[in-house]
Amino acid sequence: MYEVIITRPRTLAEAIDLLGSDESQPLAGGQTLIPTMKQRLAAPETLVSLSGVKELAGITRGDGEITIGATATHAEVARELADSYPALAALAGNIGDPAVRNRGTIGGSLANNDPAADYPAGALGGNATIITNDREIPADQFFGGMFTTALLEGEIITAVKFPLPDAAAYAKFDQPASRFALAGVFVARFGDVVRVAVTGASEEGVFRWEAAEQALSGDFSAAALDGMKPDAVGMIGDLHGSPEYRAHLVGVMARRAVAVAAG
Amino acid sequence: MPADGGIGASTRRREDVRFLTGQGRYTDDINIHNQAHVFFLRSDMAHGRINGIDISAAEKMPGVLKVFTAADFAEVGGIPCGWQVTDRFGEPMQEPKHPVLAEGFVRHVGEPIAAVVADTLQQARDAAEAIEVDIEALPAVVDMAAALEDGAQKVHEDLKSNLCYDWGFVEENRDAVDEAIRKAPHVTTLELVNQRLVANPVEPRVAIGVHDRADDEYTLYTTSQNPHVIRLLMGAFVLGIPEHKLRVVSPDVGGGFGTKIFHYQEEAFCTFAAKVVNRPVKWRASRSEAFMSDAQGRDHVTKIELALDEEGHFLAIRTSTLANMGAYLSTFAPSVPTWLHGTLMAGNYRTPLIYVNVRAVFTNTVPVDAYRGAGRPEATFQLERVIDKAARELGIDPVEIRRRNFITEFPYETPVALTYDTGDYHATMDKLMELADRDGFEARAAESKKRGRLRGFGVNCYIEACGIAPSNLVGQLGARAGLYESATVRVNATGSVTVMTGSHSHGQGHETAFPQVIASMIGIDPSQVEIVHGDTARVPMGMGTYGSRSLAVGGSAMVRAAEKVIDKARKIAAHLLEASAEDIELKEGRFTVKGTDKSVAWGDVTLAAYVPHNYPLEDLEPGLEETAFYDPANFTYPAGAYACEVEVDPETGKVTVERFAAVDDFGTIVNPMIVDGQVHGGLGQGIGQALLEGCVYDDEGQLLTASYMDYAMPRADDLPFYSVDHSCATPCTHNPLGVKGCGEAGCIGSPPTIVNAVVDALQRAGHDVTHIDMPLTPSRVWAAMQG
Repeated sequence: MYEVIITRPRTLAEAIDLLGSDESQPLAGGQTLIPTMKQRLAAPETLVSLSGVKELAGITRGDGEITIGATATHAEVARELADSYPALAALAGNIGDPAVRNRGTIGGSLANNDPAADYPAGALGGNATIITNDREIPADQFFGGMFTTALLEGEIITAVKFPLPDAAAYAKFDQPASRFALAGVFVARFGDVVRVAVTGASEEGVFRWEAAEQALSGDFSAAALDGMKPDAVGMIGDLHGSPEYRAHLVGVMARRAVAVAAG
Repeated sequence: MPADGGIGASTRRREDVRFLTGQGRYTDDINIHNQAHVFFLRSDMAHGRINGIDISAAEKMPGVLKVFTAADFAEVGGIPCGWQVTDRFGEPMQEPKHPVLAEGFVRHVGEPIAAVVADTLQQARDAAEAIEVDIEALPAVVDMAAALEDGAQKVHEDLKSNLCYDWGFVEENRDAVDEAIRKAPHVTTLELVNQRLVANPVEPRVAIGVHDRADDEYTLYTTSQNPHVIRLLMGAFVLGIPEHKLRVVSPDVGGGFGTKIFHYQEEAFCTFAAKVVNRPVKWRASRSEAFMSDAQGRDHVTKIELALDEEGHFLAIRTSTLANMGAYLSTFAPSVPTWLHGTLMAGNYRTPLIYVNVRAVFTNTVPVDAYRGAGRPEATFQLERVIDKAARELGIDPVEIRRRNFITEFPYETPVALTYDTGDYHATMDKLMELADRDGFEARAAESKKRGRLRGFGVNCYIEACGIAPSNLVGQLGARAGLYESATVRVNATGSVTVMTGSHSHGQGHETAFPQVIASMIGIDPSQVEIVHGDTARVPMGMGTYGSRSLAVGGSAMVRAAEKVIDKARKIAAHLLEASAEDIELKEGRFTVKGTDKSVAWGDVTLAAYVPHNYPLEDLEPGLEETAFYDPANFTYPAGAYACEVEVDPETGKVTVERFAAVDDFGTIVNPMIVDGQVHGGLGQGIGQALLEGCVYDDEGQLLTASYMDYAMPRADDLPFYSVDHSCATPCTHNPLGVKGCGEAGCIGSPPTIVNAVVDALQRAGHDVTHIDMPLTPSRVWAAMQG
């Protein structure tokens, strides 16, 4: 790691102000940024730690929705949402290991948009709204391919708002080494509308599997997806699995998620 | 369990108190006043010609003491290889120079090109970024078969080719084996890969070099399994430091698995640089450096043919293997695919004719050397896989075909040069069938099927040769070292005992097990015995710990020294008791005149040895301290039979290990709990190889699995509960304790067990799959099922 200055603002205004400089970067849980800096692959001059900003903390329940502060850790979400949104709680409770879950945050994960991370599937499949210091961005407009989001320079996520679904589940097949998703599918049903979001599989990052959504909107059962899988073209191929294998896994994980959600 | 904590007691490991409470003393815990730090600039290219290195900017960076390149090492030797293999034609292997810092070329990703020594590690690292290296890329040699083609790019320009050696064993049997295979009623052929692995001890390598100008003496603190071997290799062959001026210390070491046997450039560098900069120089590998600089393991590509008669009796075995050496020869690399592999090809079976061919190949990859099991897992894997395939082809039960070929009479001379002293393979298999509950398998398979899972049963036998010996034989085989072990047993005046052993513990529990032996021999409490190891200034010249040799060889040396001590103490006791030494027996810590109640306590005798007032000074020197060097007459031959049941998820290809039973014959067991732990650890590593681990380079020689993001280590939830049994013991006939060694068995026997079980599961479900190469990842198993 190169030398770096860490600032710890207490308010959102102070944080936004500190982020005004070109050479500064927000630091949430640090589960991606710190290892990258230790390898000297990133070298921000100033880190603006968000963990002490009170506006970003906490989880609140509204009418038919839950708003999760950007600095809520995965462990916090897993614990707090166990009853109110078990699918999202289970997703959060299976990210990384306990150390990661007690440091990593929902805001950090979504802003990073790792193509194999779990939260992007939860946010996109769960039809979340990403709230920033400046605006509200629907998940459908937030994710822009691997490690790319709609966030602008100096803009930070302050909270994520999830409407409560009638049924939802997340099924993930682990990459054997990292235990990131080789294919992870988040399925949520809101009345007649079904959303299916896939992470880990595509070279374009998280995406909605529309054919599956259509099949499920009339018949919310695993059988509705029998024999279905997305096109292998555009899927990631690496030493952990070919594009064909990933496409196949998406079908399997989608059926498993639906089976749980519909069960 | 003996109440006295002696041989056979599952005594809790005394060293664990310090390990588990953060009191361990590892090399990185050592910080020497005024030490400087080194950062190695390593090649990010697999193969290239160094046209120039500009260190001028780096030298001016803050805190920099000196920037080293190959030019600074012009007067010192290369890193030596400790084993010379002679090829089929009687010629010595090709042996390239292995420089401390890259000389003219880089030959693998991670090879050190330059080294910056600075006040702080941060400064050294900053300065390393200011070094400008002009490297012209050369084609990388990665694939072994391609490396041996005519006109292939050479890894070493000054060698004839990329072939290190072409070894045949037993060469005289070659024609007879060919003929037997030609004439055999049935030949089963299997081509397979034993993939490359990274050892991954928890503690990365560390080295601290110290030079004392006052006496011109050097000390190297290093994470080694064998400090005397490092002292000899580095002192005599690399730096030219006489041994009496060089001390090597290996304190607590956090796991070795073979990769800490070898002498590495970083050790030589720190020792050398300490004198040049006149400061202690410290280096600690990052995990990334460990991935690209610790010697790696396995990496064999093999074709094996097994000839059988109609009843499934083995007639002949022929194997052809390409063994990857990497870019340079690591310390014992040439011995692994030859003498630690070819000699094991008989397994537990009567096969009259065997021929093993191994071609060792240089590639632009990290050097490969011994990794837990070293050659024996490779031999066992191919043999037990081809037997399983043959059984299926001939319609013979896999357990039955093994039983039909078991060696039953001992000693047994194999056609590949070994003489097994003891064993009872049928008894071991009987016990395994009971422990694994094979009779209950079908019911469990039916239950799995209800849950949509495919269940398979795999069985496997193994034999290994531990405690490589005797030294005069291994010398003929090419070893450039002796393979004895040493011990000094120092009895203190009040009767407590300090044992200085040449064995080295890096997780094996010597500090607990060795005192149990002494306690049993003398009849004192084990707490009265202390083990000293890992310091060339404190222990006699020893060969260290690897190849499951500590108790079999090091323990034997300790027993021999203790016998000498007891013999002398008996004479002192005879004097004190005014009896003849022949009439004195040592029991429960007292010397007694046989048939009388006249006795003297151990402590009184030891006190007399050091306060010799009433003492036979005319016949006996005072003091009670003896040293023994033990050179075994033969290898020891632990053997066992393993069985497992796996479930395959047919939708994803994911394999889970549901049951695992291991029956091992380790001979006499000193501490059953430690042995259980060694077996558990070995099984974990073997299951890791079978299902998860694999070191992969791309065509450019870039290491794709350079971190735990891509190199899959087994985690607790990847492993089943094990059923282990050691009751079928046939003690070794030629060492004083009857012990055989248990450190590697688990990782030798488990990979073929798992693969056999997965193939069984798939075949039972109607898939025409006869083999899948390890690791059996979900994607590979799924692909195999697609046909």
